[in-house]
Amino acid sequence: MRRFLDRYWYAYAMVLPVVVVIAVLVLYPLAQGVYFTFTNINEANIANPVLDRPATFDVVGFKNYLNVLSGDQSYGAFWGTLVRTLIWTFSCVFFHYTIGLGLALLLNRQVRGRTLYRVLLILPWAVPGFISAFAWKYMFNAQYGIINQFLRSIGLPDPVWLGQSNWALVAVIIVNVWLGVPFQMVALLGGLQSIPGDLYEAAEVDGATPWQRFVHVTLPGLRSVSSTVILLGIIWTFNMFPVIYLIADKNPNTRILVTYAFERFFSGASRDYAVASTYGVLILSLLLVFASVYRRALRKQGEVW
Amino acid sequence: MTLDATSLQVVKASDARLKRTDRSRLASFGLHATLIIASFIAVFPVFWVLVTSFKPDARAVETTPKLVNESSLDNYSRILAGDKGGFLTWFGNSVLIALLTTIIAVFLAATTGYAVSRFRFPGKRGLMMSFLVVQMFPFAVLIVPLYNVLLTLGLQGNSFGLVLVYCTTAVPFCTYMLKGYFDTIPMDIDEAGRVDGLSPFGVFWRLVLPLARPGLAVTAFYAFLTAWGEVAFASAFLSAADESKTLAVGLQVFVQQNRTEWGHLAAASILVSIPAVIVFYLVQRFLVTGLASGAVKG
Repeated sequence: MRRFLDRYWYAYAMVLPVVVVIAVLVLYPLAQGVYFTFTNINEANIANPVLDRPATFDVVGFKNYLNVLSGDQSYGAFWGTLVRTLIWTFSCVFFHYTIGLGLALLLNRQVRGRTLYRVLLILPWAVPGFISAFAWKYMFNAQYGIINQFLRSIGLPDPVWLGQSNWALVAVIIVNVWLGVPFQMVALLGGLQSIPGDLYEAAEVDGATPWQRFVHVTLPGLRSVSSTVILLGIIWTFNMFPVIYLIADKNPNTRILVTYAFERFFSGASRDYAVASTYGVLILSLLLVFASVYRRALRKQGEVW
Repeated sequence: MTLDATSLQVVKASDARLKRTDRSRLASFGLHATLIIASFIAVFPVFWVLVTSFKPDARAVETTPKLVNESSLDNYSRILAGDKGGFLTWFGNSVLIALLTTIIAVFLAATTGYAVSRFRFPGKRGLMMSFLVVQMFPFAVLIVPLYNVLLTLGLQGNSFGLVLVYCTTAVPFCTYMLKGYFDTIPMDIDEAGRVDGLSPFGVFWRLVLPLARPGLAVTAFYAFLTAWGEVAFASAFLSAADESKTLAVGLQVFVQQNRTEWGHLAAASILVSIPAVIVFYLVQRFLVTGLASGAVKG
């Protein structure tokens, strides 16, 4: 034990603060949250230290999970919502990555004004999320929004973007793509700059076309950056709540799993903590399964992290 | 590097054009056109809020929007004078909370990232995995248990409690990024420092941290933004009194009460964005190198 401490004490001393903070503020609440999913806890029966009221909620076993997984409307139509979440996540991450990669490739060339372009293109990342949400909500307004004004002026139909239709989902996806591209672009640009120039020269000497260079040099060189940012992108987008919540409010057409958890959590007087936590645990389980499958797939291709 | 190259090109444009004979005029045009359109889309929403922020509320909702329409600085002066809630107080709270979060999160992420990058110790893999898992749970759903924890610690309704909560959301990603950055700094430097008689902490503090400035800048940017724009935790964990609100919370209330005051909202939004944009401008030249090595090494 002494030798163990002698050997590792500085490493442990350096990670200790984070471990303590995470254990107290993440793991403990998480454990309590998991416990909540087996109860019927809500605003009416939770212990209230301010009013000095003891807790009166009961343990109900797997009832919350059964209710949610039955796909019942009054529990957020889980399966339909899951499908919408997947559409949301994959379309957002697809556009984040492809647009981000395209712009990174352009910025990686010798182009005049590159620094200025880069600053302008990263700007959406720097603006606080709730401000962007407000800006887009204003621009998407059906009557006085600039977007419909523009569509009318070039003779295109002007949908009611944030109404009760799937246009609302399209609108929030557009906003989230706008928000998320800069991160992917910057990460991929860094990845591109770390690919040695000799590889391109060698490929050129061998007579590779630009497309072949892209497929055989650029893409493999970006593999590890890509796998990391795509995984992070999927996790973040899956749980991206402010964009949808602030722009579309409680519109059932834009409801994804995490926004429904929030709806249950914050709605009115009856704040249903049990169902909200159940959604949280289900989201965590889905992402855990996804991440382990993703890792295994990468490892099969010889990638280790 | 890149800055030098571009400024050189601006001065000696004709030389630069000669050098780039391998790209045809058409390709060059396409390149610039794409970048200009993309930049336009990136900047336009912010620009439009700026335009709106000068208009009176009634002009902001006209069906044929114009760039300038009875524009003035009235919205700004009214907000700064406190007609729409204690804007300056909220601003101060937000600055304090965001700065504290940035300092604490960067410090925690740096020590942890360094330990994970340099030392092999039991539990290292578990620690890294838990950082990934932590990002998978929608944390705002844990507001109730968190509330109880903060209450027990005596931090409920206190800005420091909120700072700690923000750190838990910012630190995992920051640690990942900094670990990657530290991995790119050669071990030889550490060894040389040890030979010269520095302790492991001395090596970290005196040698590695100064070299990791780009990585630290990105981490600081990320932590600052996490705290600056957050709404859900801030409205749950700060006391309801007006003088303890952050900007994000105060504006949220403002939006709900004044759904039509777009002009004032826009002006307030611009004021809120300014500090974030300043921080962004300070770190932007580090962003690419800082973020890249983090993501490359993951």
